[in-house]
Amino acid sequence: MGTLYLTATHVIFVENGSETRKETWVLHSQISSIEKQATTATGCPLLIRCKNFQVIQLVIPQERDCHDVYISLIRLARPVKYEELYCFSFNPKLDKEEREQGWKLVDLNEEYNRMGIPNNYWQISDVNRDYGVCDSYPTEVYVPKSATAHIIVGSSKFRSRRRFPALSYYCKDNNASICRSSQPLSGFSARCLEDEQMLQAIRKANPGSDFIYVVDTRPKLNAMANRAAGKGYENEDNYSNIKFQFIGIENIHVMRNSLQKMLEVCELKSPSMSDFLWGLENSGWLKHIKAIMDAGIFIAKAVAEEGVSVLVHCSDGWDRTAQVCSVASLLLDPYYRTMKGFMVLIEKDWVSFGHKFNHRYGNLDGDPKEISPVIDQFIECVWQLMEQFPCAFEFNERFLIHIQHHIYSCQFGNFLCNSQKERRELKIQERTYSLWAHLWKNRADYMNPLYRSDHSQTQGTLRSQMAPCNFLYKFWSGMYNRFEKGLHPRQSVTDYLMAVKEETQQLEEELEVLGERLANLQKSQLNDNKDKSKQQEQSKQLRLSTSNNSLANTPQEYSNDLKSFPSRSPSQGDEEDSALILTQDNLKSSDPDLSANSDQESGVEDLSCRSPSGGGCLPSEDSGKDSDEAVFLAV
Amino acid sequence: MLAVPGIDLLFSSVPQSAEFRLVPVWLLTLANSSGTITLRCKDLKVLQLEIPGMEECLNIASSIEALSSVDSVMMMYPFFYRPQSLKLEEGWHLFPLQQYFQQIASQVSLEGRDPAMLRSSQPLTGPNRKRCREDEMLLGTVLEEGERGFIIDTRSAQAAKQARMTGGGTEPKSSYPQWRRLHRGRPLQESFIKLVDACNDTAINMDRWLNRLESCRWLSHVKAALSTACLAAQCMDREEANVLVHGAEGTDTTLLVTALAQGLLEREWIKAGHPFHLRCARSAYSHARLKQEAPLFLLFLDCVWQLSRQFPFSLEFGERLLLTLFDDAYASAYGTFLCNNEKERCLCKVKENTHSLWAWLNQPGERKKYLNPLYLPNALVIWPSVEPQSIQLWQGLFFRWIRSSQYLDEAWAEIQRLVEGNEPPVKDSAGNRLSQSLSDPTAQPENGR
Repeated sequence: MGTLYLTATHVIFVENGSETRKETWVLHSQISSIEKQATTATGCPLLIRCKNFQVIQLVIPQERDCHDVYISLIRLARPVKYEELYCFSFNPKLDKEEREQGWKLVDLNEEYNRMGIPNNYWQISDVNRDYGVCDSYPTEVYVPKSATAHIIVGSSKFRSRRRFPALSYYCKDNNASICRSSQPLSGFSARCLEDEQMLQAIRKANPGSDFIYVVDTRPKLNAMANRAAGKGYENEDNYSNIKFQFIGIENIHVMRNSLQKMLEVCELKSPSMSDFLWGLENSGWLKHIKAIMDAGIFIAKAVAEEGVSVLVHCSDGWDRTAQVCSVASLLLDPYYRTMKGFMVLIEKDWVSFGHKFNHRYGNLDGDPKEISPVIDQFIECVWQLMEQFPCAFEFNERFLIHIQHHIYSCQFGNFLCNSQKERRELKIQERTYSLWAHLWKNRADYMNPLYRSDHSQTQGTLRSQMAPCNFLYKFWSGMYNRFEKGLHPRQSVTDYLMAVKEETQQLEEELEVLGERLANLQKSQLNDNKDKSKQQEQSKQLRLSTSNNSLANTPQEYSNDLKSFPSRSPSQGDEEDSALILTQDNLKSSDPDLSANSDQESGVEDLSCRSPSGGGCLPSEDSGKDSDEAVFLAV
Repeated sequence: MLAVPGIDLLFSSVPQSAEFRLVPVWLLTLANSSGTITLRCKDLKVLQLEIPGMEECLNIASSIEALSSVDSVMMMYPFFYRPQSLKLEEGWHLFPLQQYFQQIASQVSLEGRDPAMLRSSQPLTGPNRKRCREDEMLLGTVLEEGERGFIIDTRSAQAAKQARMTGGGTEPKSSYPQWRRLHRGRPLQESFIKLVDACNDTAINMDRWLNRLESCRWLSHVKAALSTACLAAQCMDREEANVLVHGAEGTDTTLLVTALAQGLLEREWIKAGHPFHLRCARSAYSHARLKQEAPLFLLFLDCVWQLSRQFPFSLEFGERLLLTLFDDAYASAYGTFLCNNEKERCLCKVKENTHSLWAWLNQPGERKKYLNPLYLPNALVIWPSVEPQSIQLWQGLFFRWIRSSQYLDEAWAEIQRLVEGNEPPVKDSAGNRLSQSLSDPTAQPENGR
């Protein structure tokens, strides 16, 4: 029982009755589908599926009201203009300078400098300065020194969407590089001298190697079919010194269906082990994840072990290519496994190279066939690696989950639009805030306690095992069932270790201070003793807080037939949310887990400043635009 | 160089080297073709030995064959194994059965109202629906006037019905009015063998892998065992009802469920060797061959592993103890898991002539290796999730010899380092905890309750 509010930005459900006010906040941009179900005796059920894998069922007593809510939500969940998105109204109370500072946190020129570029072999090219050559590429592109503007432009004309080969990653130890492009317009026999010269230039930029790999990430059949449309793949006979390789990653449509199937399995009510495993297999999801990983591993090996440069492409070079390049970079360079480096990686391989965030994640109402969980798959690849290499990443699972959340939330401007060009036209940086600054501010929550910069796992290339290690790939319940808290380990090792680490550090610092004091006040022993006892007290407190077992000891339902759907809805998780997280207050400020009234920056605070009446923290009917219609309902 | 002494198979790749690699002899099958001996060990390791010369190869194979299938219990390794740090008869009385039962008994009689868990075999009702006054009265004494009890039958309703034809069966409602019967359970078949096959099959792709994992049904058994145990625990904890658990013989699934449910209610029981453990292992394995036996003890260990994954702070021991128990249950230098029952063990003088595994594990140096650095005592009941999403394949066991666990071991070491780095200020409490359980293990059960 409770009250449902629809505001300009959120669906808010406030539960009545309980002593502690329980609120569920859902951003409109997170809504993936709304389904009206058959009316029952208690009312009309409305099923809302979210892009962050939350599923909410509302039962509305009156059919009429239900329909109104349904119609309103459909409109609210499908904005048609960028200006309707949350990031344009979201105000985290930062001043202009702080906002600009936030956008400067990730600087790609700095990143290429870090790689050691420009150098003797690579340079920055301004050939695309007004997006004149390729409108989905960034203005600043890194190319081999020997590739003249003529070669670049010529090559771009021979590539799908004019996405010519450009540098993604450079390994300064052995000069091997990873470049990316779209497919060549080769059809059955077409050639392009400039494109051939372009690939030569890439090879020459790595003097230690006499060939390059060209990796087509598509299944061979798909690539061959493309030839009929005048596209296709490189003919080894036409390009000197290339080794051509297919890696069969399926296209966005297959991936969309695969996720759909897997989510259906996640939604099953009390599935048997067989139902689950069979459904998981049938969805093909883990097979696809493994295909992406294998491609990344292949490229990382070529670069690190063979010292050979690689050119990667798929069809347009903005989905599979982005996945594979970023997985390979992550394996190759420990920097990308740090928090800051990971932000840089996403900014480099996804944002700047024109991954179509708007189309893929359905930020604006568009063609549903364009939607596909491309970056979700990359994020899962990272998680799978974290499971295999627990000490290798500076960040934890929560970091990945929050990034996934914000790719869909449209709360920050980073992932808006389909290209850098569109973002500049919209003046995103002047009108919205950067997610990276927000995450960086709360970085304490995202730390992996097992990470140590001097640990062997944080050095050099990660050597993940390739086939036949199927068993390494596991279902990620922390992501796809993340709102069903009952399914997860009920005790968080990460949080506990973080607390232990923090405490150790504190104690060490204290010890140091005390040591100094001891030296100074050797005569007055009394004083010193007092401090020591204080120190002990503190450590006792920690023990207490971590051994709070209320979470672990929450009973479950074990007789299958008793479990009905609503009992598995996220609201169940809320109660359990209260314990065990040690730095709860800190966490909440950054936790996009909207099921637990935790999203302060997107929540009450913001609404109160939008509400003209000012005082109340609840949204009210007169909050502005048409779409702001608020519906008050007893549910 | 290959040496085949009585007990262990020693193998050294470099002749004259002082280092010998110890290889377990507990072989299951031997396949020899053109000078290659394949050893499939009970701990799931697979070894291939290339032997030059057909005749030599056959000789070695037959030696191994003979040595690995010793018939007499008395000829087995535990009767010869004499580690220096242990004295015979040590450890055998660490956890006397009587004491455990006394405790249970006192609980039942003194505290009366507290729920008790009982176990038995099936009643011999048979096709004619026989009754037994004494049995009815015995069960009646457990319950007071108006109290309810649950009977958890670890067989499916179908299997129980079939059992009636052979003289077994279930408790009819009319004769046992205060008891409610619940059926749980599935036949445990060749899951284990199929799973090990699938794990060792390096040629399968991702699709086939999940398919194989599903079709061997091992995880289904894990899920079923966990949920049944939870159900029993729930009946006791929430409903405060008494629970009688039985299967067909009262030895296999029954033990699994009671042991697990106990584990759920009180996790300290395993403190290096609860008698439950012993009994469970005895029934599940003895020295019988895999084909005749169901790996129930392994299933139990797997369930405990699932618990340790879901409740990383709540078990005092780590994965390593579970692996050690698994290895020792199959083939051990200790007498703990020998024979099928107490009677047999008396006949073989197991206690007099072999060492106890618990004594070995309880040595301070050994003990430390098996402890969970994250352990925080939690006196309450833990309720695991039994949804398929929460149940994982135990890679540490099934892939022990297939994948490298280097990175995971490093993580474990790192956890240990972090926690121990934090230890000095709280050393006292932790130290107390440890020394308490070490010096006075028999006092333990009282602490737990």
